[in-house]
Amino acid sequence: MYSYSLTHLKQLESEAIFIMREVASQFEKPVLLFSGGKDSIVMVRLAQKAFWPAKVPFPLMHIDTGHNFPETIEFRDRLVNELGADLIVRSVQDSINSGKAVEEKGPNPSRNSLQTITLLDAIEEFKFDAAFGGARRDEEKARAKERFFSHRDEFGQWNPRNQRPELWNLFNGKKQVGEHFRVFPLSNWTEMDVWQYIAMENLAIPQIYFTHQREIVVRDGMLLAKSPFITLMKEEAYEPRQIRFRTVGDMTCTGAVESDAASIDAIIQEVASAKVTERGGRADDKRSEAAMEDRKKQGYF
Amino acid sequence: MKVEELDQAATEQYLNMDLLRFTTAGSVDDGKSTLIGRLLYDSKAIFEDQMDAIERSSKNAGDENVNLALLTDGLRDEREQGITIDVAYRYFATPKRKFIIADTPGHIQYTRNMVTGASTANLAIVLVDARNGVVEQTCRHAFIASLLRIQHLIVCVNKMDLVDYAQESFDKIRDDFKEFSSKLDIPDIRYIPISALKGDNVVNKSEYMPWYEGGSLLYTLEDVQISSDNNFVDSRFPIQRVIRPQSDKYHDYRGYAGRVAGGVFKPGDQVVALPSGLTSKIASIETLDGKLDEAFAPMSVSILLEDDIDITRGDMLCKPDNQPNVGQDIELMVCWLHNKKLALNGKYAIKHTTKDVRCVVKDIKYKININTLHRLEDDKEIGLNDIGRIQIRTTAPLLYDSYKKNRTTGSLIIIDEFTNETIGAGMII
Repeated sequence: MYSYSLTHLKQLESEAIFIMREVASQFEKPVLLFSGGKDSIVMVRLAQKAFWPAKVPFPLMHIDTGHNFPETIEFRDRLVNELGADLIVRSVQDSINSGKAVEEKGPNPSRNSLQTITLLDAIEEFKFDAAFGGARRDEEKARAKERFFSHRDEFGQWNPRNQRPELWNLFNGKKQVGEHFRVFPLSNWTEMDVWQYIAMENLAIPQIYFTHQREIVVRDGMLLAKSPFITLMKEEAYEPRQIRFRTVGDMTCTGAVESDAASIDAIIQEVASAKVTERGGRADDKRSEAAMEDRKKQGYF
Repeated sequence: MKVEELDQAATEQYLNMDLLRFTTAGSVDDGKSTLIGRLLYDSKAIFEDQMDAIERSSKNAGDENVNLALLTDGLRDEREQGITIDVAYRYFATPKRKFIIADTPGHIQYTRNMVTGASTANLAIVLVDARNGVVEQTCRHAFIASLLRIQHLIVCVNKMDLVDYAQESFDKIRDDFKEFSSKLDIPDIRYIPISALKGDNVVNKSEYMPWYEGGSLLYTLEDVQISSDNNFVDSRFPIQRVIRPQSDKYHDYRGYAGRVAGGVFKPGDQVVALPSGLTSKIASIETLDGKLDEAFAPMSVSILLEDDIDITRGDMLCKPDNQPNVGQDIELMVCWLHNKKLALNGKYAIKHTTKDVRCVVKDIKYKININTLHRLEDDKEIGLNDIGRIQIRTTAPLLYDSYKKNRTTGSLIIIDEFTNETIGAGMII
């Protein structure tokens, strides 16, 4: 008998497309959270595939910490322009200015947790009832237990102890007024899958993922890029290194890796032999053992 | 080969990998966490920072050995109480396959979690402690795997090192399990003697059990043929959404978007749209990447028809000579997922394929004792973690197959209309 089979990447793609179409049909006002990082670039590609030849039926939204890599913002604007998509930007700086959020103190104040405030305000402002995120279960242990359709109460909170069981391909997006869902179509993807998909689809990604020379400072074992948002402490100094970034987050908490990888294939080889997870270089996750879970309970991505 | 050619070869191989989803069941004492830890560790899916983190946590908790359960027990409550609350998904890959593990806890809410994990799995691993033999829990796990129509089961007889790698211990457990499993409906059952702790027969063949002629666990996972498990005979295409670009370029475009749930669809095929019964021909099968010659499960595509007929979400495309059942009175096996008991004459919301309906529970036929598989005709209280057979009537006809025939068109979830929680999982008979 002739055997029908799909490669694992095609299966993951099909699953993600199915989920995006479910969201577009089950919800009234979805939004795709877009950071300009590789996962959200893959998400945009999948959204195009899910609705082609129609336009993606929801806007993209960037929660801007103001601590971005300039390359990421340039890339974001170019991609949005090419797509003809609607982009909403809401900034943490505005939340700080209006007194809703308070800047952290210290030598590298992170705006990471402040994003939650801006994000929840924006969801309320636009009355979004579903927000797509590019998070994956392999990224972090709290995420490993999160559902594809992740319910948020009226305060935007996640309750990990009382999640709806998710069986087969039946996704329950029913909710009360004021509640919303976070939806993660890439739940079953790994870092390697994302890179392979970028290679297979020939997707453009920001230059900071490739090797380049940059002034960095070594702090707590992490290589942090020179930026106006970091204050050097005593005996610290910037030095040039040949590096690249495995994830794209805030400049204040995203650690670089030393690397010569100049192409997607080279990155894939590097990922294949990597000894630490991609979030191993993220200061925001290192704050406590349950840092991610605590942030998520409050409404983080 | 040059380095670039090697890279190229590795990339191509990765792009041709397939995917196996499996579920593991067992309690901490069976060595399940150790087994998963070893599979992940030996396939290099555990990273140094993760290992450091669990070493630190183990030390903080006062454990002598590194507690690999901490890899999957990600939630604060789980760590504090030392239990697994919820299904955790883990990922690893070998050069042949990518694997998704649905790791389900052995005792806490076992049925709810096992059913959830098993619902998407191709294969189940059931762990048996070589010293204890086949116990109640073993049977329970195997029964749930069978109920959820998992086609491949691997019985891992673990802790062989503690019975001196004796063939008699293994043979006894295999024979006991064979006797029990004759009551089940699983076509492919395999038995592997292992020691997760020492690594015998997990990734590499053990030196201590020359009497065992089969492959190691990982070899078996890589080798199991799953491509024929999907139904490629009965064509089913539940419509998720109608795509109408309403742009100048695609003025009259009307694509029916969905994921193939069974069978094969090709351009030119005669199809019938249900429930309307109107027929047409497939004009083309389209994706952003181009037109396709065929679509089969689980592909997500858009189907365009030659005629303009009225079709919406919740409808289904099939072949005229092979149609699903259409009906409102439906019998199913239900697994209950919530503290609030199933109510006779209770009204609930239902999700089935892409269709939402309501239902009323007309009859509770029996409950199953999942340890003995006996039908309890006198006990019709179906509460959390119970499995039983019920009859429902739906507000609108469902387009369904038996779960045995098709996992997608044969499954449904039951939802509380007030809290919106998913409270039951149904498999249509």
